[in-house]
Amino acid sequence: MGATLRNIGWIITLAAGALFTLILSAMGQDAPFRIQMGLVTAVLALGAIILMRRPDNPVRILAQGEAEGYFDSPIRVGSVLTVFWAIIGMTVGVVIALQLAWPELNFGPYFNFGRLRPLHTSGVIFAFGGTALITTSFYVVQRTSRARLISDGLAWFVFWGYQLFLLLAATGYILGITEGREYAEPEWYTDLWLTIVWVAYLVLFLGTIIKRKEPHIYVANWFYLAFIVTIAMLHVVNNLSVPVSLLGSKSYSVFSGVQDALTQWWYGHNAVGFFLTAGFLGMMYYFMPKQAGRPVYSYRLSIIHFWALIFLYIWAGPHHLHYTALPDWAQTLGMVFSIMLWMPSWGGMINGLMTLRGAWDKMRTDPILRMMVLAVAFYGMSTFEGPVMSIKAVNALSHYTDWTIGHVHSGALGWVGMISFAAVYFLVPRLWARTQIYSLRMINWHFWLATSGIVVYAAVMWVSGITQGLMWREYDEQGFLVYSFAETVAALHPYYIARVFGGALYLAGAIVMAVNIWMTIAGKIRKEKPIATAVTLQPAE
Amino acid sequence: MDTALYDGLRHFADSWGLVYMMVIFVTVFALIVRPGSKARAQAAARIPLDDDLPNFEADK
Repeated sequence: MGATLRNIGWIITLAAGALFTLILSAMGQDAPFRIQMGLVTAVLALGAIILMRRPDNPVRILAQGEAEGYFDSPIRVGSVLTVFWAIIGMTVGVVIALQLAWPELNFGPYFNFGRLRPLHTSGVIFAFGGTALITTSFYVVQRTSRARLISDGLAWFVFWGYQLFLLLAATGYILGITEGREYAEPEWYTDLWLTIVWVAYLVLFLGTIIKRKEPHIYVANWFYLAFIVTIAMLHVVNNLSVPVSLLGSKSYSVFSGVQDALTQWWYGHNAVGFFLTAGFLGMMYYFMPKQAGRPVYSYRLSIIHFWALIFLYIWAGPHHLHYTALPDWAQTLGMVFSIMLWMPSWGGMINGLMTLRGAWDKMRTDPILRMMVLAVAFYGMSTFEGPVMSIKAVNALSHYTDWTIGHVHSGALGWVGMISFAAVYFLVPRLWARTQIYSLRMINWHFWLATSGIVVYAAVMWVSGITQGLMWREYDEQGFLVYSFAETVAALHPYYIARVFGGALYLAGAIVMAVNIWMTIAGKIRKEKPIATAVTLQPAE
Repeated sequence: MDTALYDGLRHFADSWGLVYMMVIFVTVFALIVRPGSKARAQAAARIPLDDDLPNFEADK
């Protein structure tokens, strides 16, 4: 009865929302705005219909939460959606890599590189990464606080609200809606919606921590909380803008010139620091000890890792604006803080790796743990490369070249991707109460496909980026530039083809994972040779 | 553009602002490495391993 009444509240809210967006759609000033509002109307109406239908549709069964104990339903949906978004985001990545190698593959206006590129970046960062973060944070905060999420309804709102944001962002890019701010392309109304969802997320997470039964707040929760709080601040400030019309899709930033650029890169770099690093470190500090079956190497080092990261990262943004109109002292500040970041990053990496002290043999038999170790190793490598590239003299060569793209991908594919895959492999058997994953050997295949993909991608982009940078600044004895821009583009063609290959390997690994996860949920176990090939010496006759 | 405001904020940031941040950081650091905190830290490190999980079969 209570559940029915609660659903009635949701049905009325969804139906009222659908009516409201329908009116907005009818009154919209431009076609993309009308299409997007129509889309929201359809989604909200569909949500209302699903809730009204009784009683056994798949969504309801999936959503049938535990009345007692931890609330795992959104985590189950989130694990599946994480895999789904990985496939979408990485497929678009391979498509745009193909477009760069063969420009004839630009099918305008909807499928031009310019529109698909933010679809790829947001698809992997916010859809794949964001869904993984929200999903795992729900899981970790409950376990380490020994408390249920404070509200089932709020948890569903955060979860589906974020997915609605992703849908608006993704369809917006295809329709040509953009603020032109890197990693913050969605327009003002999508930004407002994300702000509402994010505040709800903060209330949910903080509320669960406040009512925890465990006296200490475990370090993973600190990292997740830093991620939530900082992203709220970054998102709001970077998206301060004035809409042209309250019924239109275009807005203009309240900042201008170099202030606008600095605001954008203060946001942009801290999105790397707090979305792609702090949040995933929360994952590392929970799932790695869990999978290794032993506590983190040094808990005190993990706390220092946390505070040092928080204090230093926020200042590193200006290194994206070397040799621009930004004041010189600000550029130097960004560079110096980037270099200081070496210390907490490597402290964290060592802490993660040393968690395996005395258990390194598990690397041979446990492909999930191997994935985690690779993730932490790439965390170390990309946080070494980043500060090097932030040094002005190096940046003079690397900036605007493919080296940057290679750096981003070694961090994103190596660190963020691998730790998320490992977390999903950890979660799915537990969430569906399976005794084991469908196939450990397929995880092994995923591991090697992904690792080879990253190595190809990063190595190719180094060569390509340095070639590009050197050609751009090559001048003859009279001071004229030696190469035209088109000549540098032509020189990069073979590397662009090799990049497609690296990306395709990584995508293939993700597809292997999707099959494995699907079969695990279906309750199947693959007949295969066990992976544990311990060398057992034959006793002498 | 009012440069006095800019200059004021900038000088505040690299004097008192910097001192404020440093004091917090050094305090936190001292609290973490003080001799008495080791036992508490070791207990806290076991939090993920000691969760008894009503929902899970796999971990039992």
